[in-house]
Amino acid sequence: MDYLDHLEAEAIYILREVAGQFENPALLFSGGKDSITLVHLAKKAFRPGKFPFPLVHIDTGHNFPETISFRDQLIAELGEKLIVGYVQDSIDQGKVVEQTGKNASRNALQTVTLLDTIEQYGFDACIGGARRDEEKARAKERIFSVRDEFGQWDPKRQRPELWNILNGRIHKGENVRVFPISNWTELDVWNYIKRENIALPSIYFSHQREVVLRNGQWMAAAPFLQIDDTDTVDYKSVRFRTVGDMTCTAAVDSEAVALDDIIEEIRSSTISERGARIDDKVSEAAMEERKKQGYF
Amino acid sequence: MDILKFITAGSVDDGKSTLIGRLLYDTNSVLDDQLEAIKKANRKNNDGTVDLAILTDGLKAEREQGITIDVAYKYFQTTRRKFIIADAPGHIQYTRNMVTGASNSDLIVILVDARKGVIEQTKRHSFLAKLLSIKKVLVCVNKMDMVDYNEQVFEDIKADYELLAAKLGLENVDYIPVSALKGDNIVHQSLRMSWHKGNALLDYLETIEFQVAKSSKGWRFPVQWVVRPQTDDLHDYRGYAGRVLGSGLRVGEKVLILPSGVQSTIERIEINQQIFEEAEDGQSVIVHLSNDVDISRGDTIVSAAHPTHSERSFEANISWFDNKPLDTTQQYLLQHHSQTVKIKVSEVLFKYDVNTQEQHYGTEIGLNDIGKICIKSANEIPFDVQADFPENGRAIIIDPRSNITVGAITIENVA
Repeated sequence: MDYLDHLEAEAIYILREVAGQFENPALLFSGGKDSITLVHLAKKAFRPGKFPFPLVHIDTGHNFPETISFRDQLIAELGEKLIVGYVQDSIDQGKVVEQTGKNASRNALQTVTLLDTIEQYGFDACIGGARRDEEKARAKERIFSVRDEFGQWDPKRQRPELWNILNGRIHKGENVRVFPISNWTELDVWNYIKRENIALPSIYFSHQREVVLRNGQWMAAAPFLQIDDTDTVDYKSVRFRTVGDMTCTAAVDSEAVALDDIIEEIRSSTISERGARIDDKVSEAAMEERKKQGYF
Repeated sequence: MDILKFITAGSVDDGKSTLIGRLLYDTNSVLDDQLEAIKKANRKNNDGTVDLAILTDGLKAEREQGITIDVAYKYFQTTRRKFIIADAPGHIQYTRNMVTGASNSDLIVILVDARKGVIEQTKRHSFLAKLLSIKKVLVCVNKMDMVDYNEQVFEDIKADYELLAAKLGLENVDYIPVSALKGDNIVHQSLRMSWHKGNALLDYLETIEFQVAKSSKGWRFPVQWVVRPQTDDLHDYRGYAGRVLGSGLRVGEKVLILPSGVQSTIERIEINQQIFEEAEDGQSVIVHLSNDVDISRGDTIVSAAHPTHSERSFEANISWFDNKPLDTTQQYLLQHHSQTVKIKVSEVLFKYDVNTQEQHYGTEIGLNDIGKICIKSANEIPFDVQADFPENGRAIIIDPRSNITVGAITIENVA
């Protein structure tokens, strides 16, 4: 088997273990390329049957419109169930307080909405598209990663995980985060997308866009982004290498219009994928701290 | 292109993380923003060079203490091969994390400090390599810069390790003298050790053969999930989903369903909704049988010509991970592929002394111990002994009270 076949077979195996071991799992779907790849893998794992889990989107309200329309079209094609948890609801209920100022982002708030959604629906496993090559705290995480009833990850007390035998037994209230594409690199994902001809939101490809310079990076101009006279605004050819919400994902200068261009661009890049994530740059341990709080 | 998964093992301060850092750095696998973050963290070696270990120590507690607590996985590729490295902790108290990384590795790179030679942790990790039947062992004698790149030091350590390997029955052991700190024999052949005629580490990693010939024991197919669309047009569709262990699963083959022992025939093999005549080792597929039989998750389909054992008692080597010692009066759960059954440890046969490989009788098995036990299970388990079919001769032990994985076993013989 080629390495992509190997990675694919492993991911399908993990998805089927989730189906077999849990009562009420869910697939966390952000509309980014990794979760779109997960949906493709779920089709391979369970078709012609239905998915044994709904898709769950935690919506910060600060989405790229292209991602949302892509999501809705994908769901319609799949005929699977979508559950949306709104960060706006958490704000309206007074559970979280929105950040203010020019660098305000709802990234941190979505953890609360995620945990509330998990509790509301009683999910015992949440499948996510995180990869170990993305970030050094993620490089440490198990494929079945147990969270306590407060959603917290305890990196110092991870369960042993031997061979491909995945232990999903938990106590009531706990849940497991599952990462079927743990062993994929960014380039593997793109090569797979190309091989399988998987459709993606248009913002992954080069397009003309109004962008604002923030802390050395180009952010997409959006109605909820505070822009004033001191800001540098430009109209550029860009694409998004990673897609979170609009306040935490920076654009990269790019002329890559096709998958081959993107693969070549990543192959020769000297910056890592998460170099364009504002949320990771807060501190050395930004990801670890968020994971301990319940981030996926 | 294929993927080589390897683990680096060794005692604390043997320079595992530095070795990986060096490998990544010298193959240009570290990107600018990651390098910048390292520089910002400002962790320096004694000679003022950047501390490359910080590339793999992903947890705050690890960076604070300068140690590795849990396995970190790192990914890189060259024009010849893709690599997944498991950087494992050296401290004895984190052995379970080391085993986690080792269990999925094709190769174990054991680091030995040139100044210290073969020590207890070297023996422990070598023992675990044998227990987990890792296909290849590479001994890297590190810190050669601290012993003036002296050939005799290397040869002495090699001779010591050869004795250990013979005692443990480890085959396929190779040796390379390196300095991870200075970059000798990591990516580039060292000029300071021209006496070493073998490959540098990267060359070695790129070229070793690790796919061992498959046994002639046929295949095993543990059922993970039953696909039943129950729609009007697919009313009778009933597919058994799982991942193939071994080779030769093909349409028309007579099979047994274990543990029931019911017979059937493979009617159809589906991958991604396409029909295939045969399935390969490691493929995730859906299998259809010729007649209606009762099969659910936890059952195993095997070739009638090469069935597994199907027994309720057997002997196994065990590696214990829990702070509470193994309790022979308690029930545990055993997870073997998709099947989970209640078990009791009917007898502790002995515990191994990791240092001397001697067997100690009449003792209990506690944290980080390795021993041999007899297991009795509530139901038949379709297993093979490890020597015959490694992928089907292993299982984990779960404490049903805590739900934690407390042990790992490799089945040695039918009791």
